[in-house]
Amino acid sequence: MAIDSDTKTSKTGVFSQGRAKLAARTYRTDKWWIQPAITAGVLFLFIVYATYRAFENGKYFAAPLISPFYSPCLAQNCVKGSTSFVGTFFGTWHVFGMTVSPSLFILIFPLAFRMTCYYYRKSYYRSFWMSPPACAVAEPHKKYTGETRAPLIIQNGHRYAFYAGLVLNVFLTIDAVQAFRNAQGQWGHMSVGTLVLTANASFLWLYSASCHTCRHTIGGRLRNFSAHPIRYKLWGWVSVLNHKHQEFAWISLFGVAFADFYVRQVSGGSIRNLYFF
Amino acid sequence: MARTMKLRIFRGNSKDGGLQDVSVEANEGEVILDVIHRVQAEQIGDLAVRWNCKAGKCGSCSVEINGKPRLACMTQVASFDEAETVTITPLRAFPVIKDLVTDVSFNYKKAMEVRAYEPPADLKPGEARMQQIDVERSQEFRKCIECFLCQNTCHVIRDHEENKKSFAGPRFFIRLAELDMHPLDTLRNRKQSAQEEHGLGMCNITKCCTEVCPEHIRITDNAIIPMKERVVDVKYDPLRWLGSVIRKREGIN
Repeated sequence: MAIDSDTKTSKTGVFSQGRAKLAARTYRTDKWWIQPAITAGVLFLFIVYATYRAFENGKYFAAPLISPFYSPCLAQNCVKGSTSFVGTFFGTWHVFGMTVSPSLFILIFPLAFRMTCYYYRKSYYRSFWMSPPACAVAEPHKKYTGETRAPLIIQNGHRYAFYAGLVLNVFLTIDAVQAFRNAQGQWGHMSVGTLVLTANASFLWLYSASCHTCRHTIGGRLRNFSAHPIRYKLWGWVSVLNHKHQEFAWISLFGVAFADFYVRQVSGGSIRNLYFF
Repeated sequence: MARTMKLRIFRGNSKDGGLQDVSVEANEGEVILDVIHRVQAEQIGDLAVRWNCKAGKCGSCSVEINGKPRLACMTQVASFDEAETVTITPLRAFPVIKDLVTDVSFNYKKAMEVRAYEPPADLKPGEARMQQIDVERSQEFRKCIECFLCQNTCHVIRDHEENKKSFAGPRFFIRLAELDMHPLDTLRNRKQSAQEEHGLGMCNITKCCTEVCPEHIRITDNAIIPMKERVVDVKYDPLRWLGSVIRKREGIN
């Protein structure tokens, strides 16, 4: 019987004084790095695509379809027909000689919602910040203060991002309803784009409804369920959705990217929006 | 059917030690604790291992098996390939006493720091009544067997010894949640103390505690995140604060 006594001299974390003298940062034998690697890869691709589209400032409207990246379109430089029914709150702004994309006025809200989302926090803390990269795998950082100070203390504002996300969901739902028209604005038509925008709005509602803040707001904050039977019932329903929050987070992310991509292709003339009736 | 199992078991104490290779017979249906006992009986008489119920209910035999925090009595031998060498180490977040036994007194100190349930002053013994739907919520947290696997896997203290002073850990966050959700508990500053004294803000909700819980308590979703939201109610949400001032109500009922 051989004894492996190759020990580290580092004094932090699992190598701290008094803990078992073991050399490896982890003894996990499974492929623990796959999940954070995939998560990082997919989120990175989404960020690249979303950034490109946000700054592209074009190909976001093909009547009656509007890209979720640009809706509601609130700037004066929105393409004709795409302006939101609530009006234009922003003029045509220029920065360094470039026209500011209308997308930038609204994308900050879903970005804030997802960045502060409890599920995405887990994802990016693990996959990008490696804090920790996986359970029982030592993280590389010397210090850790969690969400107790700036900038991460801002995560406590998740509920405001959630409220903003609800408002955007309303706009995207209206977009989906308006997609039951043809290109000439006549009602009673349905196309592939209608399905795409309806699915996108549905996924976003499921993502929002399954949110931990939603669960808290609707009844979780109570300490006496029996005194609030209706809120308890609603809390129960939201809790069922909350079990699937992770899945809804991913589905809605893919959904919104696909909806934007579809509208872009239709708007750019690459594909034709096929009408069922 | 018997098979030979290859193990690497930590042998040592807080000052020195290392992994020792062992081959031992393992039988169908056995768990890792069985083979550790066989090693103890047949090969290493002074191998230290803490255990009690062998039924996954006492939380004593917490170790790390192939790097994963687990109960030795609930880990089937059959879940490993015959060719595999299984590494068994003590919990790596706590000081080791000997071999697979660690000093988990950190957790008992933290338990003492959580203020106990405070019923209404005028409530006499035997008079407390709760509706079933209010009981159910905290019953999930009552399943905790105090194996401390969640504490062990939590990177806040596992990877940062210095945080042990200010961080209670997931096991005590479920205790705080249970008390804060209790309809009859009269102590109203649990949210503030969760954040300021027990280090709830240190948690970055990476859910490892939930992943390792042998009782499948949804620690993060049902205790930590709800407590974080309750903390936001009283500390970080200006609208909630304004509402509580205008309506002159203390907390939430």
